[in-house]
Amino acid sequence: MAGFSVMDTLFQRTLDDLIKGLRLQLMGESAFLSKALDEIRREAKSTDPDTKSAALLKLTYLSSLHFYDMSFAAFHVVELLSSTRFSHKKIAYHAASHSFDDSTPVLVLITNQLRKDLTSTNEFEVSLALECLSRIATVDLARDLTPEIFTLLASSKVFVRKKAIGVVLRVFDRYPDSVRVCFKRLVENLETSDSQVVSVAVGVFCELALRDPTSYLPLAPEFYKILVDSKNNWVLIKVLKIFAKLAPLEPRLAKRVVEPVCEHIRRTGAKSLLFECIRTVVSSLSDYEHAVKLAVVKIREMLVDDDPNLKYLGLQALSVVAPKHLWAVLENKEVVIKSLSDVDPNIKLESLRLVMAMVSESNVAEISRVLVNYALKSDPEFCNLILGSILSTCCRNVYEIIIDFDWYVSLLGEMSRIPHCQKGEEIEKQLIDIGMRVKDVRPELVRVSRDLLIDPALLGNPFLHRILSAAAWLSGEYVEFSVNPFELMEALLQPRTSLLPPLLKAIYIQSAFKVLIFCLNSYLLLRGDAASSSYSDKLVPDVPGLFSERDSVGCSDLASCDAPVEAELDEGFNPRDLNQSFGGLSVEYGGEETSTCGQASASASLKDSFTHESITNLLNRVELAVVPLTRSYDVEIVERARNVHCFIELIKPQMPDCLVQKEESSDTEEAEASKIIKLMHDAFSNDLGPISVSAQERVSVPDGLVLVENLEDLETICGDVQLPSLNSFSHGSSHFEEMAGVSIPIFQSKEEPGPSNECTSLLAEHRKQHGLYYLPSEKKDGDYPPANDPQLQANSNDDEDLAKLTEQLLVSKKKPNHAKPRPVVVKLDGDQVPIAAGPHSQEDLLSGTVRDVLLGSETKPTTRSSTKRKGKEKLNVDSTTESKENLGDVEKQDQGNSSTRKSKPHTHSKGRRHRSPGKKGDEGEENCQKAKPKSSGRHKARQRADAPLNVVSQTPVIPDFLL
Amino acid sequence: MGIRFILMVNKQGQTRLAQYYEYLTLEERRALEAEIVRKCLARNEQQCSFVEHRNYKIVYRRYASLFFLVGVDNDENELAILEFIHLLVETMDRHFGNVCELDIMFHLEKAHFMLEEMVMNGCIVETSKTNILAPIQLMDKTY
Repeated sequence: MAGFSVMDTLFQRTLDDLIKGLRLQLMGESAFLSKALDEIRREAKSTDPDTKSAALLKLTYLSSLHFYDMSFAAFHVVELLSSTRFSHKKIAYHAASHSFDDSTPVLVLITNQLRKDLTSTNEFEVSLALECLSRIATVDLARDLTPEIFTLLASSKVFVRKKAIGVVLRVFDRYPDSVRVCFKRLVENLETSDSQVVSVAVGVFCELALRDPTSYLPLAPEFYKILVDSKNNWVLIKVLKIFAKLAPLEPRLAKRVVEPVCEHIRRTGAKSLLFECIRTVVSSLSDYEHAVKLAVVKIREMLVDDDPNLKYLGLQALSVVAPKHLWAVLENKEVVIKSLSDVDPNIKLESLRLVMAMVSESNVAEISRVLVNYALKSDPEFCNLILGSILSTCCRNVYEIIIDFDWYVSLLGEMSRIPHCQKGEEIEKQLIDIGMRVKDVRPELVRVSRDLLIDPALLGNPFLHRILSAAAWLSGEYVEFSVNPFELMEALLQPRTSLLPPLLKAIYIQSAFKVLIFCLNSYLLLRGDAASSSYSDKLVPDVPGLFSERDSVGCSDLASCDAPVEAELDEGFNPRDLNQSFGGLSVEYGGEETSTCGQASASASLKDSFTHESITNLLNRVELAVVPLTRSYDVEIVERARNVHCFIELIKPQMPDCLVQKEESSDTEEAEASKIIKLMHDAFSNDLGPISVSAQERVSVPDGLVLVENLEDLETICGDVQLPSLNSFSHGSSHFEEMAGVSIPIFQSKEEPGPSNECTSLLAEHRKQHGLYYLPSEKKDGDYPPANDPQLQANSNDDEDLAKLTEQLLVSKKKPNHAKPRPVVVKLDGDQVPIAAGPHSQEDLLSGTVRDVLLGSETKPTTRSSTKRKGKEKLNVDSTTESKENLGDVEKQDQGNSSTRKSKPHTHSKGRRHRSPGKKGDEGEENCQKAKPKSSGRHKARQRADAPLNVVSQTPVIPDFLL
Repeated sequence: MGIRFILMVNKQGQTRLAQYYEYLTLEERRALEAEIVRKCLARNEQQCSFVEHRNYKIVYRRYASLFFLVGVDNDENELAILEFIHLLVETMDRHFGNVCELDIMFHLEKAHFMLEEMVMNGCIVETSKTNILAPIQLMDKTY
């Protein structure tokens, strides 16, 4: 190199100098390092191997600890690899294994060097090359060096042989066809007397078996021998891991290993081995009661140990055993629950998982009570973990474990009030979901919502805003169950609602609108009925909730006519306060009460509150609150507020007239106001149902619409979609209009993309960009289930529905509380969508080849590589395909046969396996008959050639070994 | 894969040794180490030595000022990994004689060499201190 002098070499900074300089930090780390890096760049180009190796050593150090990119030096690394000096080679190999990856271009240059070193007489050089290969082997390297590794697998030097075994894992992984060459020798290494070699081989098989256990069933006898004979805990742990995978596949194998495993549990003093045994038992041998009992005893010892590690692992083992043997968890209930307040968050989390595993229909209330108490005491993070797991457990499978929904809904309300609660979104979702699915619980929902809404303090917590919006929506939607709509209106219009984000504020206004309509409608009915004096008959179909609710309260109060006020005070309902707030109504109210309480119902108090004056006050109150909002900056708010405002404008002038006229019974003008109110009321009283996940699928694809099969890139698009939904222009809010029924022909507009309000520039642009994937808007919003399921809607006649509801309510109220039947929960077929697991092609390829080897096909697939995969899938001429297809029983038998022939040339094992052909005769034959027609062509011929006559009579390995 | 990576980190959170058994880009490594160090170093003595992280778990142990962190697959035996860490420390102790952070800093390649003897492809391949140290001592003599 020009300009590279002896001086440079002499005064080159060594790695030690570099580290010392870094520690001194005289000139700042980054400046120092960039200077050092400049030096290294220069030195790496040097022709002197010493300089070069020192430079690469420094570079590797900086790269691994300071994350400096060293890809520029890749070629220098390759240069240094060919050095004859071991110390240089060592540095070069280390640098290579640290920095090379599959895409490093110079990798193609090192094949020969690796081959040379693999065949070197110096065992340390061989070892270096193997180490490096185990880290960087690519498909090409693995393919080209397979013969060398095959040779080394039988090396006489243990030091080399064990590393050759270690490297096999990577080679198999990259180039599955190498299995055909190396597998037999690998199995031989499993059977040698050298414990070091066996240890490595077991490790490799453990990794292989974890990926695809079925293929290694034929080797069970070897593993069993190690399990019984080995004294090395490291090896035993690995073998146990293998059996944990194999045992579930072959019940007879499980039966065979359960005793040795238990023996290890009883005997061993090593905690790691003990734990592995326990884990094997609870995960794979859980059918053997005595083994599980033994394991649970040991788990208990771990749980009460002072060592947090053992405690943690004990809890983990319990959670594995929980699904099958819940008694094990229940036995240790106290310890588990106590761990909820452990100092270690990991232990707390683990015990929380276990507690959730214990939850069942019968104890969900009790456990939730305990957990909520813990949540109150915990730090915010764990508190929310607890709340999250309660929520997710309870809503599992459409609230499968919830019987008493009233309880659950009030629990949701209680959870919302926990100071650290940040689960607003989830609680919101569930409140609305339950509201739509479970009709019977709506009164309680409205009560819980009311409690949330009237508390002005809650509005100050942004985490609760979502819950409050759900509460607002629920009380608007199911206002007929409200004990006191006037109070509700006050709550919805309270000044602190200005703290809500615009979108949620809009929901409040809309709910207020619904409440208003309800009040007006009730008032009209009341007047009309009072006039015709048959109101109770008419009221039932129209305001069923109101009636039945009141009725149930009132029944108890029949005796004392003046009692209703006090009785309702207990329920948190205070009509006097309320009426005062509506301006001196109390006097009138009190007077009327005495006159109506004789009507055998406490509902009088509410009905009486629908007086002319209270309604006028209500209208004024709403108007007062809504008018300023029409000047809001947010379109959603403006729109809602204007709706309400216009409605009031429309109704107000006619209000006094219609009242007067009504009382005088019938005139033409009366119709106008009440018609509007009726219309609105009808629009709002359309029941909303939950929407099926698969609803989209039921919509037939219109002509000319091309649906793309592969939606992989949908995720990136959906990422963008989230953005506009925060915007107030978005579709996220458009469903609200639909729900509110402002536009009457909602059902027609539902399925069509429609020209509603998606013409904002953002969406238009998005549509242009991803036009292919655009679906009708309702799919995208997460807030509220947007639409009525058309099918559900079709058969639900309004009046019938309401009548039915009344009936149900009355029936359920008569029964005592604790024996309350589980209410009907609307379920849709799409509520549980099974998730299909994708196949792993790479693993399939490897296991296919392993099976192939165990099957005994000896053909050299010389040119096969990854490109062959396609062919395998398409054509049936390849033996690999056959073995893949003949999985299951037949396959096992085949493997058994072939492994006897192929991979175990040892006489002792043969003798053992051929011991009882007679016993197994029928089964063997039967299986062979099954196997014969399936295995076809070349494969069959090969099998015959390998084992000419005894194919039929030969007994399969596994069964023989087991019986 | 078994073991995915082995890290040695001092109290200040500086990495002193990093060995990965799966390929990660430098940026991924930097992010991973920062995340893990933040997670593990904040824990105290009364807490257990296992931390779940992403889709695997970290088994760690503290020796004086140095943390040994091993990232393993979920079905790996945590207690065995703790024993492995202890074995590693004992091995280094035997070689360096009362090993300390500086030994590892200035003899990083030796520490790597020991690890290479012990672990291959993420599998523990050697657990005898004598066997692990034999080639290193031989090389010290000859080269």
